Amino acid sequence: MIADEQMLRPQAQPGVPGNKKFLVASQWQLIRWKFMRHRVALICLVVLIIFYLWAIFAEFFTPYAAGSYDVDYVLAPPQRIHFWDQGELQRPFVYGMTSELNPSTFRTTYTVDETQKYPIQFFVQGEPYKLWGLFEGDRHLYGVEGSKVFLFGADDRGRDVLSRVIHGSRISLSIGLVGIAISALIGIIAGGVSGYFGGITDVIIQRVIEFIRSIPTLPLWMALSVALPPTWTVVQAYFGIVMILSLVGWTGLARVVRGKFLSLREEDFVMAAKLNGATESTIIFKHLLPLFSSHIIASLTLSVPGMILGETALSFIGLGLQPPAVSWGVLLKDSQQIRVLAEAPWLLIPGIFVIVAILCFNFVGDGVRDAADPYASV
Amino acid sequence: MLLFILRRILLMIPTLFAITIISFIIIEAPPGDFMDAYVARITAQQQTIDSSEVEALRARYGLGQPGYVRYLRWMGSILQGDLGRSMEWNQPVGRLIANRLPWTLAISLVSLVLVYAVSIPIGLYSATNQYSAWDYVFSTIGFIGLAVPNFLLALIILWLYFVATGDVAVGLFSDEYQLAPWSFGRVIDLLQHIWLPAVIVGMAGTAGLIRVVRANLLDELRKSYVMVARAKGLSESKVLYKYPLRTAMNPVASTIGWALPGLVNGELLTSLVLGLPTIAPLFVGALMSQDMFLAGSIVLILSALTLIGTLISDILLAWLDPRIREAI
Repeated sequence: MIADEQMLRPQAQPGVPGNKKFLVASQWQLIRWKFMRHRVALICLVVLIIFYLWAIFAEFFTPYAAGSYDVDYVLAPPQRIHFWDQGELQRPFVYGMTSELNPSTFRTTYTVDETQKYPIQFFVQGEPYKLWGLFEGDRHLYGVEGSKVFLFGADDRGRDVLSRVIHGSRISLSIGLVGIAISALIGIIAGGVSGYFGGITDVIIQRVIEFIRSIPTLPLWMALSVALPPTWTVVQAYFGIVMILSLVGWTGLARVVRGKFLSLREEDFVMAAKLNGATESTIIFKHLLPLFSSHIIASLTLSVPGMILGETALSFIGLGLQPPAVSWGVLLKDSQQIRVLAEAPWLLIPGIFVIVAILCFNFVGDGVRDAADPYASV
Repeated sequence: MLLFILRRILLMIPTLFAITIISFIIIEAPPGDFMDAYVARITAQQQTIDSSEVEALRARYGLGQPGYVRYLRWMGSILQGDLGRSMEWNQPVGRLIANRLPWTLAISLVSLVLVYAVSIPIGLYSATNQYSAWDYVFSTIGFIGLAVPNFLLALIILWLYFVATGDVAVGLFSDEYQLAPWSFGRVIDLLQHIWLPAVIVGMAGTAGLIRVVRANLLDELRKSYVMVARAKGLSESKVLYKYPLRTAMNPVASTIGWALPGLVNGELLTSLVLGLPTIAPLFVGALMSQDMFLAGSIVLILSALTLIGTLISDILLAWLDPRIREAI
């Protein structure tokens, strides 16, 4: 009998019409259910959450500080994690490295020394740090005792690439979020004013948007970033770059918002609100914005990659953030010297992180966009 | 049609005007004016400079005057074809740009052609063979193509090139043609080299356009007129090429407009990484040394060229689709 009922209602699971829960669920509940069914987007969301956790607790997740260097390990190759020693399964360990200076090329060559074994310790005591400049600590997620561990290799000053990638993700990943927050503010106000009031305001704002979209952004960003005073601190330069990126980035959102306002302002409930004496700002912020906030989130998610790419490109050219600030673009800048790169291809690892982050934001954005209108076709 | 073109050109004038203002702001943006930079450079070379000479130069360039006067003077000289003088190179900006702009244009154009030549057939295939194995392959490549920044792609290719050949830069010519006068052989040699930067520049554009072509064609193929055409016994290829493809091309043509700024961005980064003699290294050099007349002029020219490209695509679109001609 139970089997029969399931055959008759094969879609009896949450998030699908026909289920009782579906009928009483709130809009956000429906959006969440629909998003959860988008497997790739879900996986990407998890990846992004891991990335952001890394960035937030960078000091803990990395064995070394971003600037900590060791001249004994200049351009040391990535170490492999081993589990087997003489045919026996063991706790993960890395082999030590012996370095040798090649007298003719002055390059250091590293050979794996299988006599030295360093087990990887978890929650190990290492370099002291101050998390967010507030909490002191010296525990790191992993590390080795008596030597150093370079899972992604070391750069030309003997700094751990893995530590630098994770420390760099702080700037690279946050710049996307701060950037879209500013763009969202400009975009929602401009798009809202444009779509709600229409007329000459609309024409002017649309012209400005068209103008910004029709000129190549990179030369503009580059020129503007030169105008930032060189005496600025890292934090000031960071906000300068975010402002520059947002000045160009708000147009896409403004278009979405405007389109929605145009289609919604003729609805009956707007008329009803007006007749009840609601002010324009009440109508805009209380009644209209919540209605399409899911579309705004989708549009925002899809514009994060542009921000991340913008910062990475600027820093890569050398016009964005400057060392000692660490971002993925700054790290990739080190790999520009092609002779060094040929010796140490692991310097491109930050690039993999850039690609994965952008890919994930694109997929999550697609997922949110599909889920944004949960009534469309479930 | 003529009226449409005329209208478009008239609409472009305020935009061009806005671009000149932005370029002028860029020229003026760095702290201090360019005479300060000039004086600093002279004194750095341990030469003394007469302060009255500086004042004379200041007066000549109108540096003491308010912003709008300087802007008008600058605009006036631009309309006469004078873009100013580069402090760094000690040459007219116009000549510097003219030497390098053709390469930038060549790479951008070849890559534009490549973008369309590659993405339309692939989009067509993906739409007609939806959910086939190749459709998935192309979709995956498309997603990755959108996510890989082109400077990174350029860097990876340069690295492979270095490992394979030992050369540190991918040039536009082989050694024997580097300084040779133009000949048929040199053109062939250029084409043999230019495809690589063009492919890198066009990567993201191609990935994006495949999605546009596929989505539009799928929309068209679902419409009932296609079913009618099939029911009447038209051959499958005729059904496809005669109607849906033709209609699906309109949004594709309109993408040239938004593809161009992206191409210019990509070209800048790719040329920088590959070390090509285009406008990109000149631009970055100018920005680094605060040679702002050169930098501002490059922004001006790149933006103006992009606008002209967009105008051409609009005209093309109007020619393809009569509805647009009527609308504006």
